[in-house]
Amino acid sequence: MLGYIIRRILAVIPVIVSVAVFVFLLLRLTPGDPAAIIAGDMATPEQLERIRRSLGLTEPLHVQFITWVGLLLQGDLGTSLISNTPVTRMIGQRIWPTINIALLTITLSVLIAVPLGVLAAWRHRTWSDYAVMTFSVLGFSIPVFVIGYIFIQIFSIELRWLPVQGYSPPSQGFGRFLSRAILPCLTLATIYVALIARMTRASMLEVLGEDFIRTARAKGVKERVVLFRHALRNAAVPIMTIIGTGFALLIGGVVVTESVFNIPGLGRLTVDAILARDYPVIQAMILLTSAMYVLINLIIDISYTFFDPRIRY
Amino acid sequence: MTAAPQPVSGLQWLLGALSLPQRWRSGVGPIIAAIVLVVIVLTAIFAPLIAPHDPLTMNSVQRLKGPSDIYPLGTDAYGRDLFSRTIYGGRVSLLIGIGAAFTSVIIGLLIGLVSGFFRLADAIIMRIMDSMMAIPSILLAIALVSLNGPSLWSVLAAITIPEVPRVVRLVRSVVLSAREEPYVEAAITLGTSMPKILLRHLMPNTLAPLTVQGTYICASAILTEALLSFLGAGVSTEIPTWGNIMAEGRVYFQIKPSLIFWPGLMLSLCILSINLLGDAARDVLDPRFKKREA
Repeated sequence: MLGYIIRRILAVIPVIVSVAVFVFLLLRLTPGDPAAIIAGDMATPEQLERIRRSLGLTEPLHVQFITWVGLLLQGDLGTSLISNTPVTRMIGQRIWPTINIALLTITLSVLIAVPLGVLAAWRHRTWSDYAVMTFSVLGFSIPVFVIGYIFIQIFSIELRWLPVQGYSPPSQGFGRFLSRAILPCLTLATIYVALIARMTRASMLEVLGEDFIRTARAKGVKERVVLFRHALRNAAVPIMTIIGTGFALLIGGVVVTESVFNIPGLGRLTVDAILARDYPVIQAMILLTSAMYVLINLIIDISYTFFDPRIRY
Repeated sequence: MTAAPQPVSGLQWLLGALSLPQRWRSGVGPIIAAIVLVVIVLTAIFAPLIAPHDPLTMNSVQRLKGPSDIYPLGTDAYGRDLFSRTIYGGRVSLLIGIGAAFTSVIIGLLIGLVSGFFRLADAIIMRIMDSMMAIPSILLAIALVSLNGPSLWSVLAAITIPEVPRVVRLVRSVVLSAREEPYVEAAITLGTSMPKILLRHLMPNTLAPLTVQGTYICASAILTEALLSFLGAGVSTEIPTWGNIMAEGRVYFQIKPSLIFWPGLMLSLCILSINLLGDAARDVLDPRFKKREA
């Protein structure tokens, strides 16, 4: 068990290293002068020179790489071309709203999606199954910002229940935080719920056909216990996997949702960086989100042994 | 398991009729989806004939007007006809959806065939693919567009590249199991040339799963294009795309929500029908899935 965890952690290192190499080469191997691309058409030679220097583009490729990795290992993600502040500091200022929204979204999604998926599998081929599946297909098909604007239109403009946009940290009162965070979280949760509910349904359908479920029912175990203790635990591994892979969707969704709801988080930082062509920030965001994605999937991989003790590596 | 018959209300009937697994088998869902998609594709192709106005002509007197006889859906902030823009907007979205699906399937197929058949290449290729898969695709696309400029080609490339590793994985897994089959061994023993084994004996196995995957890639590419445009990292704002129309409509959302509603509706209908067709194709082409559902 411990051996498995250690091996699994070690297996992450080459992935992270190759992501770093990939991100490094992305800028350098782009056809044309990267400094000119970043600076845009109106750049003066001095501006180009400044960008080249701040990205270290004047050195040979291997020297650039060693310097870049060296700085990276010290936690230096570069300096913004626009505000001239270290990117790590910019991320530090913006990371909390995103983490809070993401945590609330994941909690909400799992709490909504898993019961829905169980219901759909339990009532297979009834209208509740079709309703869940319809919702799931719709959730995949409607772009996240359209959902966001529909929610704003209904709950903030028509019903006037919630503020239209903005953010307030939980430290200034949890109710205040919740009233502003609930719409972005529901918006983000839509696609995540669609994904998890679909997988829960498929996985539960498979397990509900097993002999031990029939045995449990035959010996008179309560249906609720059969569903949630006998079946769901055995269906958990694919559900956990999809929660992990769906995290990439969540990241994409955060970028969009934060600009729809005007939340000063990492997503807004990314969008501002896109509009200002602030490449060091974009690059740092790719590294950060990839590392988070890999890390979360690592934790989920390790959690399999907890959900299914038969898994021994 | 079968549930006891439920009393059916109007809403319940509607939900059941709209959806889905059972209806697909009887063929109603995919047919509706196909009709919707054909209509969207035809309006995009014949946009110049259908659109009442030029989608780019500005009219400063007619800014943000409501629906009228002249402007069926009203006008945007520059006085351009929303109806015409929405019709033209489908062109870029569909082009990118279809283009990204074909390009990523072809590139992924070639890499996947090689990766599945040659062990040495496999180790290197899959390492690269793993690292690409670890980068959230929308951020990878954003980085590619911001490095290559907002042209149609660079957006197409930015959407295609993150999809390639998924195709490679699929093709590779099919090839890995197919290459152990006796007919492949027989072909090797007979001295069949390597390209012929790959293309003649292994590739046909991948066609069914790739058709399904290609459909899903098409839907997700259209969605990604809209997201990129919406974020300001998409096709140049001079070209009307569903994402661009919505991005410009954001500022006026509280005054004129239809600037987001109509393109959003077209976009969602388009993606929905492609997804439904993909599910139908999967049910037909993947016997394993059918058995599980039955």
